[in-house]
Amino acid sequence: MNLWRDIKGTLQPFWITLGYLFKKPVTIQYPEEKRTPPPRYRARIVLTRNPDGSERCVACQLCSAACPVNCISMQAAEDADGRRYAAWFRINFSRCIFCGLCTEACPTMAIQTTPDYEICNRDVLKLVHEKDDLLVDGCGKDTEYNFYEHSGIGVVNGRGGNEDEYGPVDPKSLMP
Amino acid sequence: MNDLLISLVLILVKLGLILGVVLTMAAYLVLAERKILGRMQLRYGPNRIGPGGMLQPLCDVIKLLTKEDFVPGRADKWIFLFAPGLTALAALLSFAVVPFSPPLALFGREIPMVVCDLNIGLLYIFGLSSLAVYGVVLGGWASNSKYSLLGAMRGLAQLVSYELALGLALVPVVMSAKSFSLNAIVMAQADWPNLLRHPLAFIIFMISITAESKRTPFDMPEAENEIVAGYHTEYSGMRFGLFFVGEYINLVVIGAMTTVFFLGGWHGPFLPPVVWFILKVLFVAFLFIWARGSMPRPRYDQLMHFGWKVLIPLALLNVVVSGAISLAMNS
Amino acid sequence: MTTALFYILGIILLAATLMCITRRNPVHAVIYLVAGFFALALMFYLLGAPLVAAWEVIVYAGAIMVLFLFIIMMLGLAPQEVPEGPGWQRWLPLALLSASLMACTLLLILEDPAAGQKVGGFYLAPQALGEALFGRYAMAVEMVSFQLLFATIGAYLLGRPLPKGEDQ
Ligand code: SF4
Ligand code: SF4
Repeated sequence: MNLWRDIKGTLQPFWITLGYLFKKPVTIQYPEEKRTPPPRYRARIVLTRNPDGSERCVACQLCSAACPVNCISMQAAEDADGRRYAAWFRINFSRCIFCGLCTEACPTMAIQTTPDYEICNRDVLKLVHEKDDLLVDGCGKDTEYNFYEHSGIGVVNGRGGNEDEYGPVDPKSLMP
Repeated sequence: MNDLLISLVLILVKLGLILGVVLTMAAYLVLAERKILGRMQLRYGPNRIGPGGMLQPLCDVIKLLTKEDFVPGRADKWIFLFAPGLTALAALLSFAVVPFSPPLALFGREIPMVVCDLNIGLLYIFGLSSLAVYGVVLGGWASNSKYSLLGAMRGLAQLVSYELALGLALVPVVMSAKSFSLNAIVMAQADWPNLLRHPLAFIIFMISITAESKRTPFDMPEAENEIVAGYHTEYSGMRFGLFFVGEYINLVVIGAMTTVFFLGGWHGPFLPPVVWFILKVLFVAFLFIWARGSMPRPRYDQLMHFGWKVLIPLALLNVVVSGAISLAMNS
Repeated sequence: MTTALFYILGIILLAATLMCITRRNPVHAVIYLVAGFFALALMFYLLGAPLVAAWEVIVYAGAIMVLFLFIIMMLGLAPQEVPEGPGWQRWLPLALLSASLMACTLLLILEDPAAGQKVGGFYLAPQALGEALFGRYAMAVEMVSFQLLFATIGAYLLGRPLPKGEDQ
C-alpha cells in the first residue's frame, strides 16, 4: 500500500542515520594521520637524472609548452659537445595545477611527479622552485632509460652507435 | 513601590539568566548540529579548536564579526540593515512566557520561574512566530536580488500556510488545559504528557513547526542548491550571523515549545525540574538535527500541497475528534 | 493615566495610518501599517481585551499584512529606483512611532507589572470571550463562517483547472 510505503520511506532513513551515528568515522585526521599516496600520485615535480648520473633534461621546452598554466620556464644552453641542458629551470608551484601534462610531454623522462604533496608555504615566493630545488639524485620512475642512448645523434655516441640504430647509409653506393 | 521594585529586579534577573542560557545553548547547538551531522555522515565535524572543538562557536563569532558588513548597491538600505535583527529578536522574545520550572519559594516570596506568565502565553508565542516572518520577507525583499526575493516569497508562503496547521494542532492542547497560559498547560500535564493524550496533534505539530522554523527537510526558503542561500544570499558578516543565530535560538524555542505543549514541561521523576526541562529541550533539538541528517528536501509545490491538502484537514479533524472525546469524558 | 495612554495610542495609530497612505513604496506602506496594528493591539489591551490584542497581532500583522507583502512581491509593485536623501530622514517617522509605542508599552507594564489584568476596570478573559462568541452571538459567528466557507468554495471554483478542450 502506498501510505505504508511512504511511512516506511520516511522512517527508515532515521534508523539508518542513527546507526551511522555510532559507527567510526572514516575521516583521516590529517596532520596527525597521513595517508600514503599511491606511487603515481601527482604532486611535487622533480627533475631526475640518467642512470649514469648526468642530468636528463635537454631544455627542449616541451614541458613548458604543454603546461596549461604556463608555470615552467627555462633557459637552454649547450655543452661543448653539443649536448643541450637547462641553464636555469624554474617551476612556479603557486600556479601549478599538478595536471602531469609536463611529464607526458617530456621526451627524456626528466620531469616527473612525486607523491610528496606537503609543499604548502605561507610565503608565495618560496613556492617558486629553481633548478637546484628541482634536481634530484636518481632516475625516478624509469631506472633504465637514457635518452642519449636512443637518440641525440652525434652527441654522445657516434652516428649509428645507439642500441636501436642503423649505421649511416652511403647514398652513393648501389649495394643493398 | 518597594514591591514593584523587587518584582522589576526579579524580572530583569530572570531575563538575564534566560538570555545567557539561551544564547549559550544556541551557540553550542550550532556546534552540536555540525558534530552530530558529521557523525551521521561518517565524519568527525569540527574538532580542531579547543578540546573536541569546544571553542569553535567562539571562533565563528570572531570570524563573523571581523567580516565586511556589505550592503548591496541597490538594496533598500535601512530595511536591509534591520531585517536580521527582527528574526533574532522575535525568536528571543518568545522565551518570556516559557515556564522552565515550578514556582520557587525564596525569601518568603513565591517566585514564578517564568519571566511573565501571560494568560495568553500561547497566543503571544504565535504572534511572535508570525512576526518572525517579517525578518525573512523584508530581508529578502530589501536585498534586491532575485534569489533573495524568491527565498523571501517561499518563506512567506510556507510560514503563513504552516502557521494554520500549527495553530490547529495546538487547539487540543489548549482544550485539555482549558487555558492559553503556558504555566497552566504544563500544570495540566502533571499525570501524563500531552504526547500520549494527543499523539496525532503531536505529529502535526512537529511537521508544521519544522516548516515554520525553515529547517531541513522544509528549508525551501534557503535551499542552497536551487536559490543560492535564499533570503540571506546578500547578507554577510554579523548580519548573516544574526539570521544564523536566530535560527538556532529558534531551535531552542521550538524545543521549549514542544516540551511545554507535549512533553510535560518540567515534570519528571528523580531529577530537579529545571534539569528535566533542559534535557527535554535538548532531546527535541536532537530530533530536529536528526531529521536534518536523514530527510531529503521535498519540492516546493509538494510542500504547499501537503500543508493545505493533508495537514490542515487532518488538524481540523483532530480538533473535532478530540473535542468530542473530551466532551464525552466530561459528561 | 489610562485615558491619556488611550489618546496617545490613538494619535500614534492615526499618524502611522497617515504615513501608510502617503508612501509611494508599497512595502514601506505595509511597514507603517504594521506599526499601526501594533498601536491598535495595545489599545485593545488597554481596553481590557488581551485576547483580541493578540489576535490583532497574529491575524492582521502576522498573516494578512504578510499576504499583502506576498502580492506586492509577486506582482513586482515595488519601485526599483533607490530614493534620494539620507535614510534616517525617511525612517525618522517610523523610529518615532516605534519609540512612542515602546514607551506606551513600558508605561502599561509599570502601571501593573502583573500582566496588566486590571487596567481600565474591565477585563475580558479568553473564556468569557469564547462564551460570548459561541453562546450569545453564536448565530452571527455561524453566519460569518458560512460566508467564509462560500467565499472559499467560490475561490476554488474560480481557480480550478479548466477541463480539457474548454477555454475561457
Ligand atoms: S603538472 Fe601541469 S601545471 Fe604543473 S608544471 Fe606540469 S604541466 Fe604545468
Ligand atoms: S624537462 Fe623534459 S620536456 Fe622539459 S625541457 Fe627538459 S627535457 Fe624538455
